[in-house]
Amino acid sequence: MIDFTLNGGPASVDVAPGTPLLWAIREQAGLTGTKFGCGIGACGACTVHVDGVAVRSCSVPVESIAGRAVTTIEGLAGSEELHRVQRAWIEQQVPQCGYCQSGMIMAVSALLEDNPTPSDEEITTAITNICRCGTYQRILAAIHSLVGTAEVSRG
Amino acid sequence: MAEEKKRRFGKWTRRAFIGAGSVAGGGLVLGVGGVMFAPNRLKYLPEGAAGEGHLTTWIKISPDNQTTVLIPHCEMGQGALTGLGMLLAEELDADWSLVRIEQAPSEDVYANGYVVRAFLEESGFAVPGWLERALDYGAFKMADFVGLQVTGGSTSTRGTGAFGMRLAGASAKAMLLEAGAEQFGVPIEELTARDSHVVHEASGRRATFGELANLAGTMGVPRRPTLKTREQYRLVGTSRNRADIPSKVQGQAQYGIDVVLPDMLYAAIMRAPVPGGQLTSVDPAPAKAMAGVREVVVLPDAVAVVADGYWQAQQGLNALSPQFTDAGVGGVDTAAIRGMHAAALDTEAMDAAPAGARTIEAEYTVPYLAHVTMEPMCATVRLTDGLCEVWAGTQDPLSSRGVAAEAAGLDRDAVIIHNQQLGGGFGRRLPGTYDYIEQAVQVAKSFSPRPVKLIWSREEDMRHGYYRPFVMSRFRGTLDDQGRLVSWASRFTGSRFGDMVAARPHYAIDDTAVRAVAPPEHLRTGAWRSVAASQHGFFVESFIDELAHAAGRDPVEFRSELLEEEPRHRAVLERAAQMADWGTRPPEGRARGVAVVESFGSIVAQVAEVGLDADGAIRVYRVDAAVDCGFAVNPQQAMAQIQGGVVFGLSAALYHQITVRDGAVEQRNFPDYQMVRLANAPHVNVEFVDNGGPIGGLGEPGVPPVAPAVANALFVLTGQRLRSLPLTLA
Repeated sequence: MIDFTLNGGPASVDVAPGTPLLWAIREQAGLTGTKFGCGIGACGACTVHVDGVAVRSCSVPVESIAGRAVTTIEGLAGSEELHRVQRAWIEQQVPQCGYCQSGMIMAVSALLEDNPTPSDEEITTAITNICRCGTYQRILAAIHSLVGTAEVSRG
Repeated sequence: MAEEKKRRFGKWTRRAFIGAGSVAGGGLVLGVGGVMFAPNRLKYLPEGAAGEGHLTTWIKISPDNQTTVLIPHCEMGQGALTGLGMLLAEELDADWSLVRIEQAPSEDVYANGYVVRAFLEESGFAVPGWLERALDYGAFKMADFVGLQVTGGSTSTRGTGAFGMRLAGASAKAMLLEAGAEQFGVPIEELTARDSHVVHEASGRRATFGELANLAGTMGVPRRPTLKTREQYRLVGTSRNRADIPSKVQGQAQYGIDVVLPDMLYAAIMRAPVPGGQLTSVDPAPAKAMAGVREVVVLPDAVAVVADGYWQAQQGLNALSPQFTDAGVGGVDTAAIRGMHAAALDTEAMDAAPAGARTIEAEYTVPYLAHVTMEPMCATVRLTDGLCEVWAGTQDPLSSRGVAAEAAGLDRDAVIIHNQQLGGGFGRRLPGTYDYIEQAVQVAKSFSPRPVKLIWSREEDMRHGYYRPFVMSRFRGTLDDQGRLVSWASRFTGSRFGDMVAARPHYAIDDTAVRAVAPPEHLRTGAWRSVAASQHGFFVESFIDELAHAAGRDPVEFRSELLEEEPRHRAVLERAAQMADWGTRPPEGRARGVAVVESFGSIVAQVAEVGLDADGAIRVYRVDAAVDCGFAVNPQQAMAQIQGGVVFGLSAALYHQITVRDGAVEQRNFPDYQMVRLANAPHVNVEFVDNGGPIGGLGEPGVPPVAPAVANALFVLTGQRLRSLPLTLA
């Protein structure tokens, strides 16, 4: 049994050692907003926050997060209806199929938490998630709309 | 059994619908729900299904004046649900803020042959390649099949929307006005519909659609309601937010992979790596010894492991050493495939070149391409008491139903498809490509009544696609001594309908000879976003550029002169050139290239501004796209489709190839199949050019022009003419 904090509440999962955090979140915790895309940390669809840092959950063994705090797309907004990154995503009408966008939003929210005013180079270096529908232009526009308006937000 | 089925699942048979419809005579008052409007002659109506959430036609208006529109298409990011709802709401004169959009369930009654027939007749639409393939699938009639549940060929808006949805909205409005006339006791001519109200201007009386809906439901459905002209549109043509986006930013949208059922098991699968290969042996012991593994399931061409969780299933599968045959094609590799295509073209020699000052010849190829949807293929199946339920994302739930029925050995009526959001489609989930559903049914058979969710690994997904075909094309063009193009000949490998359409240039050339040669086949092929236009757009628009340069002409001017009889093509070409400041010097170290391609009823011209990174990698900074899609229903989404199409086409132009070694696909995962990412995504400027044409498609037409535009820019920049994809500089 591995205990950790999930979206602010206690969670414990009983899975085989080596099981990636992704599958514990999806199948044990029942939170399916975090997506499976490649299984090797190459696409970013499974991005979540561990102690506020963006990680690709398909490549993190669940035992390594024992006692730590995990935030998924379902918990990003905390007690609010939407996190400001999610609001920007709606304002810019970013998603198409939407499958990669949970990971994209988690990656961007972690970046902005760490660096509220990133340059374009810092943005494109940090955000390497794949969007097959090609929504990058609107992703960048949404980030630009947030940069400089950053407030302290939940991680 | 039928009664039992109905009670448990809230479903009904086709017969029941027609019966209820004839009784109700064109409308049906629901207990608490409201009224259903049946478009045109279709009067399929539900039997007291108000509380079950299963509604059967396209419009429902409830007493609180909410209009619900049921859209018979799937949503895979193209925004069709919202756009189609807008077309219907426009004709209905509904208040957009009171309109809700829902995806119609996957039942035969939603297949609307009348609309399809109208669509085929009125648009002069030719049957596309992907449909031909599906028509071979003999499970059901064309009307049912084409129905309104196929989402592909960029047809949702220009087909269902332009014909069916508008008609439904206009019909319902006519019925509401008739109800208003009866209720107010005034002539119908004195009434207008506006913002979900029927208004009598003279007396100031008004009633909501919701108040009139029950009475309206008793009115006859008009055969030919009056449709608005473009000038009368108030909603269509304005940018509206998509209905599906809020759930997608909150992780709440449910895709096929997200389905959770009680007692569900998980399966991972590995199929014979070589096409047509069969499983010869597998020792299940290593997997069965692992915790959580329930069973090793052997299929004729694959082995699956079923476990309590997906990770355990995949680990179990990894522990196996299955042996497969190579179907006698284990020696095939990409070089051999290329040789087979060249040999095929050798059998169809070109006629003697006409007299001319200069003859230019070239040979082009494109590789196999995988779709690589972000959501890998997956399906969840539950078999119980002679019923087969499938949860999956599919571009056609009705033909998926036939596939599941055959795999389950059941009648189609015993199959229920619960279509889910699609984590990308791009043609991979079209009719004829439902191997993942077939496999899921076969695996689930051993575990009935427990549901089984089958998920393909990315590696399995990459290796078992229905690929964009490998295609080779040879060209010969002749210029006269004035530099005018006097002949164009091409030979290409391809056998699908649509190949010829895409391969024939729109340029006015006196002597044009385009011929197809049956292609050698190795990997399975299918429709890949923009289908034949993806390869022939690259070929034709690259070769015309070669000819322009050979003639010493500006590529835009050269094309424009040859488009005298194609004013729409010429207009977008010239607009894109203006947008890109064509004719001015590009920034230092960059060059521009142009291409114009018609596909799926729309014409798109793109100018790409291209340079090289410090490490010599090709970098596309900017793409200017001028689009004639008739007119854009929801401009911001129309723009999104072009922006996304450019990125999709650019990934193929710069990175993608599926190669074959020892008979099998070599690529496995994203490191072998790179994508454009944020760091190298170009800025795409989009403008729409409206020349009064009919509504065109938008899901695909943004894709084809980018590869030739970039290749043409690279020629200017480096002097290298790149004739195969992905574009690779020497």
